[in-house]
Amino acid sequence: MASGKSDKITEWIKSTQVYKAVFRHGYEDTPRNRSLTTFSNVLYHLHPVKTRWESIRFRYTWCMGGVSLLLFVMLALTGVMLMFYYVPDVRRAYQDIKDMMTVVSYGTTFRNIHRFAAQGMVATVWIHMTRVFLTGSYKSPREFNWVIGVVLLMLTLLLSWTGYLLPWDQLALWAITVGTKMAAATPLFGVEGPFGTQLGMRPDNDVKFMLLGGTEVGQNALLRFYVLHCVVLPMLVVLFLAVHFWRVRKDGFSGPL
Amino acid sequence: MELVKGTTPGIEKEPEDTIFSWPHLFYLEFLCVLIVTGLLLFASVYLGAPLEEEASRDTTPNPMKAPWYFLGLQELLVFFDPWIAGVGLPILIAGGLMLIPFLDRNPRGRGYYTFSERKFAVTSYSFGMALWLVLIVIGVWFRGLDWNWYWPWDNAHVHKPPATGLEDLPIIFARVLGIGVFAGKALSDLIVLAYFGAGLIIPAMYFKDFVKKLGLVRYVPLAVMYLIMIGIPVKIGLRLVFNIKYVVLTPWFKI
Repeated sequence: MASGKSDKITEWIKSTQVYKAVFRHGYEDTPRNRSLTTFSNVLYHLHPVKTRWESIRFRYTWCMGGVSLLLFVMLALTGVMLMFYYVPDVRRAYQDIKDMMTVVSYGTTFRNIHRFAAQGMVATVWIHMTRVFLTGSYKSPREFNWVIGVVLLMLTLLLSWTGYLLPWDQLALWAITVGTKMAAATPLFGVEGPFGTQLGMRPDNDVKFMLLGGTEVGQNALLRFYVLHCVVLPMLVVLFLAVHFWRVRKDGFSGPL
Repeated sequence: MELVKGTTPGIEKEPEDTIFSWPHLFYLEFLCVLIVTGLLLFASVYLGAPLEEEASRDTTPNPMKAPWYFLGLQELLVFFDPWIAGVGLPILIAGGLMLIPFLDRNPRGRGYYTFSERKFAVTSYSFGMALWLVLIVIGVWFRGLDWNWYWPWDNAHVHKPPATGLEDLPIIFARVLGIGVFAGKALSDLIVLAYFGAGLIIPAMYFKDFVKKLGLVRYVPLAVMYLIMIGIPVKIGLRLVFNIKYVVLTPWFKI
């Protein structure tokens, strides 16, 4: 990895008075220290001490799984930031967003990051899935991790969809109206779906009603989508992510045999 | 470390295909974080996330578009009942994706890019993904007022006449063949059944070894999922080319 030139530069940096003043005795680059760096660090210990070559080869992974996680972390951080200013009340939700974009310092940037990261995450999770498929990495013993991955894809889409309602603009209202109309058409559990009415579904007790907390998109829907978006779905994602990563560690990173 | 019974492919391998995570992997991850964060910041400073007028029940935007990643589903709404487009197919897609590792018994092509060793799997997956992408592209760029088809050079502010002349297949049969509507329904149901029947039987005759290796428990769901996937563009084509609205009519739902 390190060529002769970069080694020389490193050596020179380490020989300067400033470097020595800050680091005093330095870090001995031994296999034992390299192992311990991974092993005894709370953030790094998810990684194996030694990694397969393939996992750091860009043209193998396209880094898409890692980028998905990174975007999720950024979404959580910016999301908390947005929660400080946003109130899920139909009378002020839209104005809160407007305030965020005009009076809150860096509010626009945070909102933009949140939005773009969300769209990016949908794309990267999808590309990650495609990579795993194309390299046949879901094959035994990783079948179950693929299933968890599909669940995570669904959760990502649901997170994006529930977030869509929160700005309470025209797009929000009507996109959710379209989406929940489909819910009303669920077979058996939706009033407009096949066998829905035969099973006793009414507009005030079917699956759409449960989702919206009413018959149309209003205050109850906003609150439900807010709680789903900020609490329920992220918690589920974290849970499934934990199992996903744990399985990657236990089953080993994929690569040519 | 973990304890496993049986053989693992890692055993025959030299340990030398691994490297220390520190620093190699962490450098790469750090670089990745920097690049992605930089791109996001750049986009967030120079591009704005959209925000439309405040929500209002009084005015309905036309067209009403869902987020882009759901436009594939919304596009399907044109061709299918809402319960199929919005609930049935998503469940089938998610379920089908989950089934992939249990249906794919090909021992080769594990852990590396290959087309020649997994022609069927890669082709099928690519077909599904391409179909999904095409539907999204249509939804994002080619749908305008009243969800009609608008080319980029069409005037996006002028309404187009609604599609006319759509007919259900059983009705067409009844009219063309001079038989009753009930017989027409029976005929079209028979055609759908024949599609699935032939789709199950013919590949089983031609690819005997493949089906034998797969076993019936795996072959049947694989074939059914496959036929449904192929059926989607077929149904879209039937409507676009032959003006056929629905193929199966029942008192409870239409397909």
